[in-house]
Amino acid sequence: MIQTVLYDGSFPGFFAAVFEIYEYKIVEPDIQTEGSANISLFSTPHISIPDKAKALRVMKALQDKITVAAFGNFYRAYLSELPGIENVLFRYIKYVISSKDSVEKNFANPDVLMIQQTAHKTDREKHRMKAFIRFQKTKDELYYAIVQPDFNVLPLISSHFEKRYADQRWLIYDTRRKYGLYYDLKNVEEVNIAFNDQLQSPCALSTIYDEKEDIYQSLWRAYFDSVNIKARKNTKLHIQHMPKRYWRYLVEKQPG
Amino acid sequence: MSDRIREKLEILADAAKYDVSCASSGSNRKNDNKGLGNTGNGICHAYTEDGRCVSLLKILLTNFCIYDCAYCVSRKSNDIQRAAFTVQEVVDLTINFYRRNYIEGLFLSSGIFKNPDYTMERLVLVAKKLRTEHKFNGYIHLKTIPGASDELMHEAALYADRLSVNVEMPTKESLQLLAPDKNREAMIKPMRFIDKAIIQNREEKKIFKKTPLYAPAGQSTQMVIGATPETDFQVLYLSHFFYKKFHLRRVYYSGYVPISNDNRLPAIGTPVPMIRENRLYQADWLMRFYHFKVDEIVDAANPLLDTEVDPKLSWALRNMHLFPVDINRADYMLIMRVPGIGLRSAQKICEARKFTRLNIEHLKKIGISLNKAKHFIQSENSCKDLQPEKIKQLILQEGRSKYKANFSTQLSVF
Repeated sequence: MIQTVLYDGSFPGFFAAVFEIYEYKIVEPDIQTEGSANISLFSTPHISIPDKAKALRVMKALQDKITVAAFGNFYRAYLSELPGIENVLFRYIKYVISSKDSVEKNFANPDVLMIQQTAHKTDREKHRMKAFIRFQKTKDELYYAIVQPDFNVLPLISSHFEKRYADQRWLIYDTRRKYGLYYDLKNVEEVNIAFNDQLQSPCALSTIYDEKEDIYQSLWRAYFDSVNIKARKNTKLHIQHMPKRYWRYLVEKQPG
Repeated sequence: MSDRIREKLEILADAAKYDVSCASSGSNRKNDNKGLGNTGNGICHAYTEDGRCVSLLKILLTNFCIYDCAYCVSRKSNDIQRAAFTVQEVVDLTINFYRRNYIEGLFLSSGIFKNPDYTMERLVLVAKKLRTEHKFNGYIHLKTIPGASDELMHEAALYADRLSVNVEMPTKESLQLLAPDKNREAMIKPMRFIDKAIIQNREEKKIFKKTPLYAPAGQSTQMVIGATPETDFQVLYLSHFFYKKFHLRRVYYSGYVPISNDNRLPAIGTPVPMIRENRLYQADWLMRFYHFKVDEIVDAANPLLDTEVDPKLSWALRNMHLFPVDINRADYMLIMRVPGIGLRSAQKICEARKFTRLNIEHLKKIGISLNKAKHFIQSENSCKDLQPEKIKQLILQEGRSKYKANFSTQLSVF
């Protein structure tokens, strides 16, 4: 019988849940995050405790059997937050641990392939965030950007922005997941901020913006329009590369 | 103040946009000095409405020009608005766009004012200021001006990631016809100079670790396609020559956008040869990544690329004796030559077949384009005795080529 296993949604929490599945010999687990809606009415869910030691043991067992690259894919698949991905990850762990030889490249196995393909999707979203994040400069020299990525990719882009913008303070905030990354010229930290709705209104923004912010935004829009070759217009390709759901971040896609 | 900058930006971005290169990859400049920026695989930060990537701030320093090349909007005889940036203006734009994550860096080119050296000196000055005064480690691509001195070329390579000089026309004769002020040798000379210096720099690096970066992203060039009557055979052989002889990282193909009533050129309103341009890039990819030799793609007997199907499929149809291949046994180099199987899929196939005998279902999931591939791989239900022409028609009927509309008249025959 299928038994729902609930965990706290964190990466270590997931590994602890896997430990408990083995510990309690749950044969057909359906791993879900706490608070998710798909819980069966006819069985009591198993609530996993995010025990660090247990998590580490499973994680280590997995890491011992696969390469760093394969573990990276595993982590990326987890960050996709796709419904049901935990069950794929669990089956993958079971398959890897029970196999004598390395199986991480057996793309004929549906779970191995699924993890590789999901990791690829997460990577694409990560790449899009590197591309489409637009910083706005505030009066106190903070460059901030608001994002709503499809997947939880902030952990994957942190070091990119840290290395690139080493000499400016910046903040990238994920409004869907309600946390952000803040770089203070020394380190990057995870932050939670209570955003005031009024901050979104144009007149409030003008009081916090650097006085030149507006000029550079309008220069960028002017540039974007000028490099377009009208004789080669190709809207389909344009939207394929810059899907509409990203336009809200993009300065060049806002009316001047 | 900002209105004037805006006006200049519009004029000088507009004039630079026919240069199709926007690559910001291939360099390895790190942000080691707690400065601004770094380089890596390159990121396209935006895409124009014509679907091209915007990775760099691509502008001319000025569109004043003493030359009169027929295909160029900035030619001396063209009655257009002229403008010129100061060195500082370009530096400020680059830095401020970069800090907001709009761009990967700067691609600076210029019309030629006064003389080549005078122009080149100013381009180099922009790069120097960015690197030394602003600790800027982002990507810089400088257009080198044919005829500039070796000293300036050398200095440019010390600050820039990539240098390029456009050969513009695939043959000497076309260049002579359309750009009488330019000559082929003056374009080739800086390419040869930089190529030698890069090789020397690489040798020095093996001995002295601290050897400064020297055009780490190498060189590229661009050819205008469709303004003159060259065949794809001539174009691709020239690319092949550049790749082999000067180790160019990229050759770009720019489909001619009619901008002039000059009777030496296609009239205004003539469509941009976009399919041909696309096929040339596909052929270029086959040379650079799929280990195709240029004479496998085009030769004197087949001097034109097939516009209906891509060059890899076209090659396979001419070489049916090599197919069908057994995906469970064939060599990797042959797997990646199967139409519909890309490099990534070819790798996956070669890994996965170590574990299981692969069937069509596996291939589907791996993500190959079965519509094409099924005619070229062994399987239980594939029919082997099809003629190349028949296969081509089947693929064209089943496929949804983005260019299908252009072929509708041909397809309706079937």
